[in-house]
Amino acid sequence: MSNTHTGDSPALHGIMAEFTNADALVASVRAARLAGYSRMDGYSPYPVGEVADELGFPRSEIGAIMFIGGLCGATFGLLMQTWITVYDYPISIGGKPFWSWPQYIPITWALLVLTASLSGVFGLLALCGLPQPYHPVFNVPQFARATRDRFFLCIESTDPNFGDGSGVKTFLATLNPDSIAEVPE
Amino acid sequence: MATVIEPAVRGPYSNELYAPHPEGLLGGNHNTVTLGDKIADVVIGGRTPKAWWAFFLFGFMLLQGLVVGLAYLFYMGTGVWGINQPVAWGLAIVNFVWWIGIGHAGTLISAILLLMHQKWRTSINRYAEAMTLFAVSCAGIFPLVHMGRPWLGYWLFPFPNNMGAWPQPRSPLMWDAFAVSTYLTVSLVFWYVGLIPDLAILRDTAKHKLQRMVYGMLALGWRGSAYHWRRYEKLYLLLAGLGTPLVFSVHTIVSFDFAVAIVPLWHATIFPPFFVAGAIFSGFAMVVWLAVPLRHFYGMKDFITDKHLELCAKVMIATGLLVSFGYFCELWMGWYSHSLYEWETTYQRIWEGPYWWSYWCLITTNTIIPQLLWFKRVRTNELLLFLIAGSVHVGMWFERYVIIITLSRDHTPGAWGRYAPTEWDYAIMLGSVGLFITLFCLFIKFLPMISITEMREFLPFKQGGRDGHAVMENAK
Repeated sequence: MSNTHTGDSPALHGIMAEFTNADALVASVRAARLAGYSRMDGYSPYPVGEVADELGFPRSEIGAIMFIGGLCGATFGLLMQTWITVYDYPISIGGKPFWSWPQYIPITWALLVLTASLSGVFGLLALCGLPQPYHPVFNVPQFARATRDRFFLCIESTDPNFGDGSGVKTFLATLNPDSIAEVPE
Repeated sequence: MATVIEPAVRGPYSNELYAPHPEGLLGGNHNTVTLGDKIADVVIGGRTPKAWWAFFLFGFMLLQGLVVGLAYLFYMGTGVWGINQPVAWGLAIVNFVWWIGIGHAGTLISAILLLMHQKWRTSINRYAEAMTLFAVSCAGIFPLVHMGRPWLGYWLFPFPNNMGAWPQPRSPLMWDAFAVSTYLTVSLVFWYVGLIPDLAILRDTAKHKLQRMVYGMLALGWRGSAYHWRRYEKLYLLLAGLGTPLVFSVHTIVSFDFAVAIVPLWHATIFPPFFVAGAIFSGFAMVVWLAVPLRHFYGMKDFITDKHLELCAKVMIATGLLVSFGYFCELWMGWYSHSLYEWETTYQRIWEGPYWWSYWCLITTNTIIPQLLWFKRVRTNELLLFLIAGSVHVGMWFERYVIIITLSRDHTPGAWGRYAPTEWDYAIMLGSVGLFITLFCLFIKFLPMISITEMREFLPFKQGGRDGHAVMENAK
């Protein structure tokens, strides 16, 4: 095992440390942030909100996406029904005005929910880059437990303080992890 | 691969004895690993209980009724059913409303209980959502085939066409098409989004290459990144926030199919809340019906505890009383309105008409028998609870039957008529039950019936979880 990056070994995605519980991961991410690392990610079998907080991702974009999606769907629904009943195919139903907007609410609402939900789901997939069949973290054998009972912190090689990785390993070793592994690209 | 520190020895996780769950929502002695293994093992372990085969074959057999019934219906037309004037709706609409009512508890459990911080939803939300999907699929068949020319079903939706015509957006029937298809789509994505982390668990614990490939593809490469979790939880919360009013609006619109008509006893403002309460009532009855075999044949008593059944029973007594209040309101309004037609139709419904017995079946099964749920001894007795839930299924079916059959005696005696379902009505009805059982059995066999991820989060800190740390607090 060598800490120096030679031409034969694959490029590094990062260095990964393994922890046994969520609190250790939260504490480690905080320590890494205070040590000046910025390009890193935490992995856990269930959501641990504090990790994202410590990573500097306090608020996701999903709310805004769904709001805009819902607004578009509702506007489309109302305009579509207006177009049908007022302009393209006006017929008198029980003497109601052509633009009887209260009766357009159910479909407007259904389209609001539909477009908001779908834009949220597709927004999630797009922002997370899913589906993504290959990702370097899966090269680490113990990462199979990331969906089981282990928590991982990966400091990525794009971090300005990454260097050749040896400093990162020394730093991660101070966090008392269960294991430390290089993540080949 | 260069490993700096070797992984820790992977022995048995821990043999520690944990304190019983303070709210009784968790049995056994589980930590994140044993919990995940127990649920995932049903899917990837390969051992299928004999009861699964019995249920599956029974459901598959009934499903043939749907296949044959629909084939004959498409060949002959809707004349093979008992429908005619004045009762033009018949069992098709009874079954449609019955199924869609059952289909409402899944999203309700998942969404409303999530918003209300009810931790007990975690054990039942996954299979209740699956129940929703399958029940809505069953429901969707009926209005489609009831149209008589189902191959023109797309005419329900507005699209530019060379006839220059549009469907009527002032009609509840077009609302229905939008509401039900939106509900099915949103329930599907809500269910699938919830499944993604569990599919990743199955991918990582799979025993065969095929399992790993299929679950791997379905998991979309989920890796549990903190950035992804943050977005995921926000999406899940917002879907729940949209799903809750959606449940109410969908069944409200289903009730508008009736309430917007001017048939006596249909034209009532009580219909939307009355229908929504009935939907929740029947949905929880179905949740109980599904929970009991899962507990019994899959040993899920640790996760679906007696406490869960009791809580379902409490929701049933509450919604059952709301529904009974609706029955009382109908009688009261019939009498107090001083409307000749309202009162006469009420009188025909409960006493004088040929279908008086169906009204009393409804009152017995939906109002009287569920009163037993007031007793804790009944709520905690699995068999009795199962039987009462069965009574609710019958009662909720009769509720819709009583409403439909009202058409047989409306304003003028000259327009009165009779209605009797034919064997083809029953073939399609039982066939839809078969479709539901078949789909649910396949779901149990191939997907985790309880959300592993959410159950792990729900575990107390000592057992490796986040102590029911609610999704609400992480969703930002």
